[in-house]
Amino acid sequence: MIVGNAKPIEEVLSMIEPFDKLIVAGCNGCVTVCRAGGEKEVQILASALRLAREAQGRPVEIREVTLERQCDPEYVELMRPYVGDYQAVVSIACGAGVQFLAEHFSKTPLLPGINTGFIGVTEKQGEWSERCQACGDCVLHLTGGICPVTRCSKSLFHGPCGGSVEGHCEIDKEVPCGWQLIIDRLKALGRLDLYEKLRPMKSWKTSRDGGPRRIVREDLI
Amino acid sequence: MLVPCTGRVEEILVLKAFESGADGVMVVGCMEGDCHYLVGNIQARRRVARVADILEKIGIGGQRVRMYNLSAGEGVNFAAFANEMTEHVRGLGPSPINVVRKGPKK
Repeated sequence: MIVGNAKPIEEVLSMIEPFDKLIVAGCNGCVTVCRAGGEKEVQILASALRLAREAQGRPVEIREVTLERQCDPEYVELMRPYVGDYQAVVSIACGAGVQFLAEHFSKTPLLPGINTGFIGVTEKQGEWSERCQACGDCVLHLTGGICPVTRCSKSLFHGPCGGSVEGHCEIDKEVPCGWQLIIDRLKALGRLDLYEKLRPMKSWKTSRDGGPRRIVREDLI
Repeated sequence: MLVPCTGRVEEILVLKAFESGADGVMVVGCMEGDCHYLVGNIQARRRVARVADILEKIGIGGQRVRMYNLSAGEGVNFAAFANEMTEHVRGLGPSPINVVRKGPKK
C-alpha cells in the first residue's frame, strides 16, 4: 500500500488560515489502512480544525467527505456537485489523490493534509516499512523476493558494499543490509546460483529517470 | 455517556464532547489487565493520549482530558475520581471554546 503520515496539525491550520468554508476529504484506499487519511481521520482532523478555529474566534465550516478512492475519476467526480460551494479542499489522501482532485477541480485550492511516505507493508499495528520504489522493471525473481532497489540503501545490484557489517547497513545498525537479506534468502532457497550469475547493468529507463511515467493498456481501452 | 467498553471510545467521541461545550472529559475504564475484551482499555489510554496531544497543539489544552481506571465494584473510588476531575477542570477554567461562545465580559 501507499503509506502516509498526518501532517502536524499546526501546519494544516496554517494552510487553511485564509479560508472559512472547507472540505476535508479522505480516501478509503491505502491511507485508510495505514490510519492516515480514512473516514476516522477525516472526522478527527475536521473536529480539531473546527475547535482550533473557534478558539481563535474565527469559526470554520467543514464538510467531511471520504471517497472510495481519490485516484479514480468516477469517485472524484462525485464531489463536483458541491465542491464549488467551498473555498478549499484539505485532502488527506496520498499525493496522487491530492493531485487528482486538483486536476479535476481547477478553481478550488487543494491542500495536502498528510505526507506521503512510500510503498510499503504493515510490520505491526502502528509500524510500516518500505518495500518498493516502483522502478518499473521488477527483478524479485532473481533476488529471493527481496528488492535490492529498496532494501539496499544504495540500490546496488551486484552484492553488498563495504559498509555491510554483520548483516547490517552502514547507515544505521538497525537497518539490515539488503544484500545480506538477499543472499541469506537465496541460500535458504538453494538458489545461490542466481547471485553468482553475471547480469548486465540494470536499465533505469523504466524508473523515474525518464520523467513522469504512464502505463497504457490497449487491451483495456 | 455509557459504552460497553472504553475500547469503543474513539478520538472523535472525545473531540465531539469538546465541540459540544465540555470543559473537560474523563474516560473511565476497567483496570489495566482486566479488560473483558483484552485490550479495550489499553486502546482507550492510547486514544486519550492522542486526543490530549491534539488539544494541546490547538490551544484547548491537553490537561482537559484524562483517563482513569477502576473496577466496576469501586463506587467510592469512582466518586473520588469524579470529584478529582471536577476540581481539576474547575482549576483550568472554561474551555477556550466556551470563553469565545460566551463572548466578551460586559
